[in-house]
Amino acid sequence: MNQTIKPRTLFEKIWDSHLVHEEPGSPSVLYIDLHLVHEVTSPQAFSGLRAKGLQVRRTDRTVATMDHSTPTKELSLNIVDAMGARQLRQLQANCKDFGIHLYDLDDPLRGIVHIMGPELGLTQPGLTIVCGDSHTSTHGAFGALAFGIGTSEVEHVLATQSLLQYRPKTMRVDFEGELQPGVTAKDMILALIAKIGVGGGTGYVLEYAGSAVRNLSMEARMTLCNMSIEAGARAGMIAPDETTFEYLAGRQHAPQGADWDAAVERWRQLPSDPGAHYDAVITLDVSQLAPMVTYGTNPGMGVEIDQLVPTPAAQSDPARRAALEKALAYMDLEPGKSLHGHPVDVVFIGSCTNSRISDLRAAAALIKGHKVAEGVRLLVVPGSESIRRQAEAEGLDIIFRQAGGDWRFAGCSMCIAMNGDQLSPGQYAVSTSNRNFEGRQGAGGRTFLASPLTAAASAIAGKVTDPREYMIG
Amino acid sequence: MQSFTTLTSKIIPLPNNDVDTDQIIPARYLKVTDKVGLAEGLFAGWRYLADGSPDPEFPINQERYQNAQILLTGDNFGCGSSREHAPWAMAGWGIRAVISTSFADIFRNNALKNGLLPIVVDDATHTSLFDLTEEVPLAAVDIDLASQTVSLPSGEKVFFEIDPFSKTCLIGGVDQLGYLLKQEDKIAAFEAARD
Repeated sequence: MNQTIKPRTLFEKIWDSHLVHEEPGSPSVLYIDLHLVHEVTSPQAFSGLRAKGLQVRRTDRTVATMDHSTPTKELSLNIVDAMGARQLRQLQANCKDFGIHLYDLDDPLRGIVHIMGPELGLTQPGLTIVCGDSHTSTHGAFGALAFGIGTSEVEHVLATQSLLQYRPKTMRVDFEGELQPGVTAKDMILALIAKIGVGGGTGYVLEYAGSAVRNLSMEARMTLCNMSIEAGARAGMIAPDETTFEYLAGRQHAPQGADWDAAVERWRQLPSDPGAHYDAVITLDVSQLAPMVTYGTNPGMGVEIDQLVPTPAAQSDPARRAALEKALAYMDLEPGKSLHGHPVDVVFIGSCTNSRISDLRAAAALIKGHKVAEGVRLLVVPGSESIRRQAEAEGLDIIFRQAGGDWRFAGCSMCIAMNGDQLSPGQYAVSTSNRNFEGRQGAGGRTFLASPLTAAASAIAGKVTDPREYMIG
Repeated sequence: MQSFTTLTSKIIPLPNNDVDTDQIIPARYLKVTDKVGLAEGLFAGWRYLADGSPDPEFPINQERYQNAQILLTGDNFGCGSSREHAPWAMAGWGIRAVISTSFADIFRNNALKNGLLPIVVDDATHTSLFDLTEEVPLAAVDIDLASQTVSLPSGEKVFFEIDPFSKTCLIGGVDQLGYLLKQEDKIAAFEAARD
């Protein structure tokens, strides 16, 4: 027998191994290994279960945390607004009633859902992972198929541990070249979205590959995958390798002992086979990439920090011209000028994109010995309580505080502005988060998305600043 | 889920591209534990002036669109956050169908589960529909899901794609969870084989 096996991509291997059922005329039934739950997108799903008399099928595959509306000033529901507190208490009640483990507000391991999963070793290669949250794509950094779902689908997974899905297309994104100092994974993903647009990945699962990706740390890979959804992609993923295994080894929920060896052996089979077919392939040379910053009201409206804000009149497509005009009007920016040097009011370092210990270390190293510019508010919010403790053990909190910054407890905070941490109308922020949509960080607020390094440099200078200016030698 | 069979309605034009779900319903409205009352937050950032009063320029505030049930909008509608509050808010306001050239994946999935029909049309149809809303603002079009067509006042019928499963669920007003629950034995067998 000389049977040839069709080469498969990382995505195809995971998809194929999770197919429960397929029949013509219906979507596939896909099994879900890990379901992450938070307070904002779950209440109506639990209500649905109650109304139908259903139970949670696999409480052992379901994990909950609270992160969106939680306070960062002190860990108490007493300081949360009435509606937010009601929603948080509803999550507590739902988890209790249905037997789901909740990392509650006072849990030392609590954090932003997409920070915690990897940190606890729950996120592993080859898994299917969902959450009622679009940034679930973060977990793809481990070679998992991870994507955001709506609340109806949250109910589906709670009840059946399965989802109805149509097979997405695949796109490989090769990032080639060695990053310059001061340029990070955040800049890579902002460059990709600027290139393909906020709808450029729609219908696709992206697989990030190439030398620049292989050289990224696990935390940087999470930053890259986190913003896949900002290109419209269903998911983003990276083949697991030694970097992945090294990160996972010894974590609480990672396999141990002989199980670990068997798991690694399995995970080594996951990377895409040579000759596997992708529906699209694109390549970005990042060897000359500069730090990126967004000027507009979606994450695709970004430029290298020394480039000029585009001019609407130069856009040939009327819809694009209108969108750019509207964005620049909201941002109150002049076309044809550089953002470099634009005054900022607030700098936010945090969110599931950039609040890991390496992000905080990088920002602290740049800020150390400097003061935050007068009139600028620096808010630093670690992604989890574990990260907060680690940062404090390293004295990073003291560096931020001595510079005049505000150091907080873990949560989503000013990325989504549901907990009172928000911009005032008209304020400009350099933010390490993932969305610069109108009003995202507070009604009327204006967001420049950038890396933690760019955010730190901008905090010191009080204006949008290239971090390389502070990184001499 | 509310059944969707046919719909005859005026069209509300919202020509913006890349309308994200933070615009459809801002995060401050997401602290609810049910699905009702979200209509007041629909397009809140664009719909209200700084003093909180409705902006008379914004389409859904205009008297002529108060009973309209079709939204016509730009490319990549519903990008960003996975919040199902977006289709809940739209359906709560009275919108039953959205016409665009493309939809973000999660929004599209969410809409189909809430009796809200996303219709993708080609660029030429898209442009002619916007022209129609300018030339004859109160013109109505007919949507027939069974035949997957939008009938324009000119008599032209435009075909649109929808997957047969979602179509059946929409026409029958059937919750998709029912189908999944019927696969229980297969799910159990799958689990038994690998756990």
